[in-house]
Amino acid sequence: MAKFNKKKGGELPAISTASLPDIVFMLLFFFMVATVMRENTLMIKNSLPYADQVEKLDKKDLVMYIYAGKPSDAYKQYGTEARIQLNDKFAGVEDIAAFIAQERASKREELIPFLTTALKVDSEANMGLIGDIKQELRKVNALKINYTTRKGNVFDKH
Amino acid sequence: MAKRAAPEVNAGSMADIAFLLLIFFLVTTTIETDTGINRKLPPMEDSDEDVIIKQKNIFTVLLNGKDQLLVEDELMELKDIRKAAVEFLDNGGDGTCNYCRGKKDPSSSDNPDKAIISLKNERETSYKMYISVQNELVAAYNELRNRRAQQLYGRSFIEMQADFDNVNWVGNKEKLKEQLEEIKIEYPQKLSEVQ
Repeated sequence: MAKFNKKKGGELPAISTASLPDIVFMLLFFFMVATVMRENTLMIKNSLPYADQVEKLDKKDLVMYIYAGKPSDAYKQYGTEARIQLNDKFAGVEDIAAFIAQERASKREELIPFLTTALKVDSEANMGLIGDIKQELRKVNALKINYTTRKGNVFDKH
Repeated sequence: MAKRAAPEVNAGSMADIAFLLLIFFLVTTTIETDTGINRKLPPMEDSDEDVIIKQKNIFTVLLNGKDQLLVEDELMELKDIRKAAVEFLDNGGDGTCNYCRGKKDPSSSDNPDKAIISLKNERETSYKMYISVQNELVAAYNELRNRRAQQLYGRSFIEMQADFDNVNWVGNKEKLKEQLEEIKIEYPQKLSEVQ
């Protein structure tokens, strides 16, 4: 009775990998959708401080980013003092007014009052620099600011 | 001539291609932080009229270059400042605030509308400490607002605000906005940052 021959050995059948592409594609789509391409290349260390009483920045296109912090290892020649970065390059405090004017010019006029300035400042920086930035922002009447922070407890040692 | 069947395309390498793309996106992904503490800076032009604020209505917080806190001329730890701020805001010294539960100490603030928190810092103060203090002060306001919201509407202010921002939330947004505004008027956030 050849039909009822037992399979030889107890070998497990090979696992089908036919669905592997599907799984990988699924992951791929997730990351494609979740990815936000960075607009600026950071030249500074930027580990944000933690806070838990935070609000969300709602309109992404109405946010101007000002970065500040110590130059990262690749840019050691700029010193160890915390510096401001606007767009892709280091800037001084005096450049902020021009930066804000440029950002405003690129937006529709009716949206200008809703522009928010997000300060992405390294937690190591000191307030002198931030005070200067705030003063400049007041001069150009960009009064809505947001101290960007990560979500976390203030008292934890991070 | 007999029609020849098209040879099947080998799909075995599809997984490899997909993996390649996957790895690219994995590497380039940065989950951007878009949360923070919102503040409004005071306008530049100083008004001519001098606003007279009684000393007892100001809660001064001084943060020095060594990250030490001086609250109302007393040295204080970061963890105690939230409670101190709540006590100050909720004092209700002049008795016009019928929802306050404070001590009604005449030497502290009159009512939440008049109470102002003034945060001063020095140039050497670290940003991290400054944000921590800001966070604690905002927390004090939120604590009072939550309590009031719980009392009036049976849910916390934070929850209500989350609902308001949530696009998928079904409910009367107009009414919710009114309720939120009402609480914001009862406990206005008057936090001034002086240089």
